[in-house]
Amino acid sequence: MTCKTSKEIGGVGHSLKRKEDARFLKGRGNYVDDIKLPGMLYMDIVRSPYAYAKILSINAEEALKLPGVLAVITGKDLAQYNLHWMPTLMSDTQMVLPTDTVMYQAQEVAAVIATDRYIAADAIELVEVEYEVMDPVINPFKSLDPDAPVLRADKEGKTDNHIFHWEVGDRDGTDEIFKNADITVKEQIYIPRIHVASIETCGCVASYDKVKQHMTIYLTTQAPHAIRTVVALVAGHVGLSEERIRVVSPDIGGGFGGKVPVYPGYVIAVAASFLIGKPVKWIEDRSENLQADSFARDYHMTCELAATKDGKIQALRIKTLADHGYTDAAANPSKFPAGMFSICTGSYDMKTAFTELDAVYTNKPPGGVAYRCSFRVTEAAHAIERMVDRLALEMKIDPAELRFKNFIKKEDFPYQSALGWEYDSGDYEAALKLAMEKIGYDELRKEQAEKRAKGELMGIGISSFTEIVGAGPSKDFDILGIKMFDSCEIRVHPTGKAIARFGTKSQGQGHETTYAQIIAEELGIPADHIAIEEGDTDTAPYGLGTYASRSTPTAGAAATKAARKLRDKAKKIAAYLLEVSEEDLEWEPGKFFVKGAPEKAKTIQEIVFAAYTNHPQGMEAGFEATHYYDPPNLTFPFGSYICVVDIDRGTGEVKIRRFVAVDDCGTIINPMIVEGQIHGGLTQGLAPALYEELIYDEEGNILNGTFMDYLVPTAVETPHWETDKTCTPSPHHPIGAKGVGESATVGAPPAIANAVVDALSHLGVTHIDIPISAAKVWQILHEKGVAE
Amino acid sequence: MIPASFEYFNPQTLDEAISLLEQYGDDAKIMSGGHSLIPMMKLRLANPEYIIDINDIPGLSYIREEGGFLKIGALTREAELEHSELIKSKYHIFCDATKVIADPQVRNRGTIGGNLAHGDAANDHPAIMLAMNAQIVIQGPQGSRTVPMTDFMLGFYQTAIEHAEILTEIQIPIPPQGSGGAYLKLERKVGDYATAGVAVQVTIENNTFKKVGIGLTNVSPVPVKVTDAESHLTGKTISDQIIQEAAQMASDASSPSPDLRGSEEYKRAMVRVLTQRAIRRAIEDAQG
Amino acid sequence: MSKKTITFSINGAQQTLEVEPRLLLVHLIREVLNLTGTHIGCDTSNCGACTVLVDGKSVKSCTMLAVQVNNKALLTVEGLANETEYHPLQEGFKEEHGLHCGFCTPGMLMRAVELLEHNPNPTEDEIRWGISGNLCRCTGYVNIVRAIQYAAQKMSEKTLAEA
Repeated sequence: MTCKTSKEIGGVGHSLKRKEDARFLKGRGNYVDDIKLPGMLYMDIVRSPYAYAKILSINAEEALKLPGVLAVITGKDLAQYNLHWMPTLMSDTQMVLPTDTVMYQAQEVAAVIATDRYIAADAIELVEVEYEVMDPVINPFKSLDPDAPVLRADKEGKTDNHIFHWEVGDRDGTDEIFKNADITVKEQIYIPRIHVASIETCGCVASYDKVKQHMTIYLTTQAPHAIRTVVALVAGHVGLSEERIRVVSPDIGGGFGGKVPVYPGYVIAVAASFLIGKPVKWIEDRSENLQADSFARDYHMTCELAATKDGKIQALRIKTLADHGYTDAAANPSKFPAGMFSICTGSYDMKTAFTELDAVYTNKPPGGVAYRCSFRVTEAAHAIERMVDRLALEMKIDPAELRFKNFIKKEDFPYQSALGWEYDSGDYEAALKLAMEKIGYDELRKEQAEKRAKGELMGIGISSFTEIVGAGPSKDFDILGIKMFDSCEIRVHPTGKAIARFGTKSQGQGHETTYAQIIAEELGIPADHIAIEEGDTDTAPYGLGTYASRSTPTAGAAATKAARKLRDKAKKIAAYLLEVSEEDLEWEPGKFFVKGAPEKAKTIQEIVFAAYTNHPQGMEAGFEATHYYDPPNLTFPFGSYICVVDIDRGTGEVKIRRFVAVDDCGTIINPMIVEGQIHGGLTQGLAPALYEELIYDEEGNILNGTFMDYLVPTAVETPHWETDKTCTPSPHHPIGAKGVGESATVGAPPAIANAVVDALSHLGVTHIDIPISAAKVWQILHEKGVAE
Repeated sequence: MIPASFEYFNPQTLDEAISLLEQYGDDAKIMSGGHSLIPMMKLRLANPEYIIDINDIPGLSYIREEGGFLKIGALTREAELEHSELIKSKYHIFCDATKVIADPQVRNRGTIGGNLAHGDAANDHPAIMLAMNAQIVIQGPQGSRTVPMTDFMLGFYQTAIEHAEILTEIQIPIPPQGSGGAYLKLERKVGDYATAGVAVQVTIENNTFKKVGIGLTNVSPVPVKVTDAESHLTGKTISDQIIQEAAQMASDASSPSPDLRGSEEYKRAMVRVLTQRAIRRAIEDAQG
Repeated sequence: MSKKTITFSINGAQQTLEVEPRLLLVHLIREVLNLTGTHIGCDTSNCGACTVLVDGKSVKSCTMLAVQVNNKALLTVEGLANETEYHPLQEGFKEEHGLHCGFCTPGMLMRAVELLEHNPNPTEDEIRWGISGNLCRCTGYVNIVRAIQYAAQKMSEKTLAEA
C-alpha cells in the first residue's frame, strides 16, 4: 500500500507502533479499579438467588453491626429520592434496586457500603432477604402464552409480555414470490445468548464533593458523554445537573458493547457517594459480570430464501423472536429497535425481502448489546450466510458458485438494498476470489471428496458478509434523542506539536495512534507529535462514544475535517508569509510551497508558529479547530472468509484446520492495527460459533456463570488466523475508511458453521445451531449412524 | 470475591500439622496447592475456620524410584511432574496427564497429593492411580498406613483419609520392561474438567497383554477402575476386537451424570472411544 | 483473626508487613503495595490476568494467600525492566502488536517470562499451550504468539552474544 506521507510523518497507511503501548507494557495503565481516592469507600451488592420472586423483607441489622459498614442501601432508600428506577437506552424502564419484586437471578437487591472491600464482602453475607418465589417465564416462546404471568405489571396497562413488533420490507410482495418460487429453503436458526466477557469487568468510582457540589465518576464506559447526560437526566432533580458532573472513562480493559449500558451498580454507587459525600468504589466480580450484565444476541429466527431454478435469489423472509429479558435494555439507536438487522439481505442482489421481529420479556437479565458487532449485524449475517449455503445444498451447487451468481456487482454501487440501505461501495467478487485462491479452494474440494469416500469428515465453509457500521447520519440516528455525530478538536501548540481530543473512547482499538495518523496525514505534523485524549467529559468535545465500529467512520472523519479546516488556515498564513496569493500555493505533506518554486516553502511548523507570533492582521490568532461530523451515510465493510474443519468421528470435536479471512474496510489507516483487530474479531467469532452460550435452567438459574463453564477460547482453541485484504474505499468518508473492529466477529461464525454443516451435509444435515459443541456434533453423528 | 476470615497455621513438620488437625477437627482444612480450596472459599462455598497450610513442611516433594516403587511426595507440584526427567523417560501416562491438568500457572501450585486428597472424581490423577495400581500413604497421630488406591476414593468428595490424617506419598509399582501408558481426556476447552478421561497402563509381552490397568475420570461419583476390562484383556493377544470389547466394558462400568459437558449417552460413548484410543496409545508406548 | 507478619521481596525490594491471613496475594500487590499493573479478571483462576512470579514461578495471585509469600521473592510487571528500558518480551509485544486494551498484558508477560525460561526456543504450539492459562479477549492470540517468538529470538541472540 502506498503512503502519501513519509515514515517520519507517519500518516495514513503506515504500520506505526502504538503510542499507548508503553504504559500498558509497564503496568502503568490506569483502569477504573486502579483509582484510589482519599477516604474511598467500597460497595458490594446483595443479589437475588431467584429469577422471579417477591421481596418480603430485607433485614440489614446484622450487616450494619459489622465494624466498618456504613450503610445498607435498598430500593426503598432510593425511592425516597426517586432514584430507584432508571430509563434504558431503548426508553424502557429498569430497576436500580427493587422495592418489591426481583425479575432475574443475580439482580441487585441491596448494596452495602463499607470502609474496605473485604468488610463489604462479609457484610453482604449478613443481609437477610426473605423472598416469596414465583414461577418465572424463561422460555421466550411461552412468554406470549395467554396464561403467562404479566412480568411488567409495573407498567400501567400492560397485559402481556410483548415489547415491540418491528418490520421492514415488502410483506405481500415477498409472500407472493415465495408462493411462486421454483425453489424455497427454510431453517430455524437460533443465535444464542452470549456475553462479551471483556477481561476487565465493569465498575466505577463515584466521588461527590458536597462543598463544591460536584460529582466525578470514573467509569468503565464506552460512551462517557452520553452517560453524563443520562445521569443529569436521571438525577438532575436531586441537584446533579450536567455542569456539576464529570465522567471520566480512563483506560478500559475491553468493551465490545458491554460497557455501553448504564448498570444499576453505577447508579447505586453514584447515589451512595452523593448521600455520604465520600468516594465510593464498586468493581463487579466476574460472576456478577457474567450473570447480571448485558447479554448479546438471543434471536430465534425463522429464515427462508426463494430462488429461481438457475439459482438466482429472488427473496428473503425472516421472522424473529427476540428474548430481551426483564427489560428492553438493548443498545441500539432509538429508531432501530432491532438494530441494523435489516442488513440481512447481505452481499446479495435481491429485489424483494421482508423481515419482522417481536421482542418479549422473560425473567432473564436485560441486555441486547453488541458483542463486538454493529447493532445486530452478526445475527443478520449469520442468517443470510447460513441460508445461502442452505440454498446451495438444496440446489446441489457449490456455495462459492452460488455466491458469485448472486453478489451485488461492483458496478452496481452505490446499491439500494431491498430493505432500504444504500450500500456505499463494494467488490464482493474480488474478495471471495482472493480468499479461494489463498486457501486453495478447488484442491480442498477434491480432498474433501477423497476423504468422504474413506468415511472421513471434512468441511469447507464460506462467509461473504456485508457489515453496516458508522452510525450514523443524524436524520435517522440518535440515542435517547442525541444525534449520533462524533467530534474532534485539534489544538496545535506554537512549536507545532498538537493535542487532539475526541468524543469517542478507545477500549483497545488504538485510537491514540490511528487518530494521530489521520491528523498527520492532513497536516504533515508527525503522528509522534500529536497527543490524543479521549474519555474526559470536562475536556473532550461531545460525542456518542466508541461502539458499532463507529469511531473511524465518525470521529475519524471529524479529525480529517478539523485538520482540513486548519490546513485552510495554514494556507492563508503561508500565503501571507510567502507574500503570494493562496492560489499560487501547493501542498505536500508538511509544507506549502509556491507552484513552480518548491524552494519557496513554509513548513507546517513555521506556519503554526506564525499563527501565534506573526499572523495576518484581521485573522484570529491561534491554531485550533473543532469539527462535529455528521456522516452522510453509514459505511459498509465486507469480506470473504473460508474455513476448513476436520471432525473427529469418535468425539464430535471440530478442529479448525485453516481459516482465511479477506477483509475490505476501505482505506486502511494502520495496517498493523487493522490486522490485529481482525485477529481479535475472528476469535470473538470463533467463540460463539464453537464455545460460548449463557445457559439457563427452567427456574431461570444460570448454569455457567463463571469462567469455569463460560468457555472463552484460549490460545489453544484459537487457530492461526490467515488474513488478507482488498481495498474499496468508501466514497463518502473523507479518507475512504469504513471501520473494521467488528467485521470478523460478524463474518466468522457463519464460515465456521457452514464448514461444519458442509462436513456433514452428505448425511442429510442442513443446519446446526451455534455453539457447535463436540457433544452436539456427536449426537448428530450418532443419530446418522456414523459415530465411531 | 473474597474468602471469609480464618485462622492460619503453617506448620513446619508433619507432626505439628497432625496435632493441629487433632485440635481443630472438622473446622480445619489442609491447604496444599489451594487451587480447589481457595476458589471455593472465594465463592464462599467453603468457609473453614482454620487453614493448615502444609506448603512449608519440608521433605514432602520428591519423585524417585525406591524399593520397587515410584514414590511421589504429596507436595510434588504438577509442574514438577511435568518437567521431571524420570517421568519423561519412563512414565508417559503422566506426561499425557500433566499437559491437560488445568493450566501452567495452576500446575505450578497444584500438587499431586491435593489432587487426590480433594476426593473429586473430576480430578485426573485418581484414574491414573487406579490404572497404575498405586497405593496411598497416609500419616496420622498413630503413624502411617498404606491404602490401595482401590480403597482410597470412597464417595463424592470422600476419601479414606480419616480425621487428623494427611496424605503424604503415592507409591506406584515400577512397571516392568514392555510397559506403557496413556491418559486421554476429552475437554470442552483447555483447562476444563474432563467430559470423560481414560487412563490406561499396560505391559505387553509377545503381542499379548501381560498386565492391564484402566481407570476412568469424571464419569461416575467415584473414579472407576474397570476391573472386568482389565481381566478381559490380560493374557490375550492384541486385536481390534478385544480392544473394542474392553472399551465397551469400560463404557458399561461408567455411570455418568448429564451436565453441561454432555448427555449420559454421550459420556458413555466417550468412555468407549477414549478407552479404545488410550489402549492403542498405551500399547504403542509399551512397544515403542 | 490474628494477623501474620510476612517478609518478602517485591521487584527486588525487601518488605515486612502484617497481613490478615485471608488477604489474597493479588490484593497485597494491588491494594497494599499499590502496584496496579497486576489485574483481576475472574474469581476462579481461569483468566490469568493476575499472573505474577513467586520465586520465579508464574502463579495466579488471585488464588494464593499473601501469607504464603513469606520469605519468597515476588516479581510483577513493574519489575520486569527499569522505567526507561523494555524487557525483550515487552519489546516483542510492542513490535508485534501483541496487545490491544492492555488488561491481560501484564499477566501474559509474566507467564511468558517463565515459559521462555523453561523453553527458550518454543514452537508456536508450545507457546499456545504455554499461555493457555491466560485469556485475551482482544487480540486473537496470533500476535501474542509472535511477540513471544520475537522475545525468544532476541533473548537467544543475547545469550549467543554473551557466549
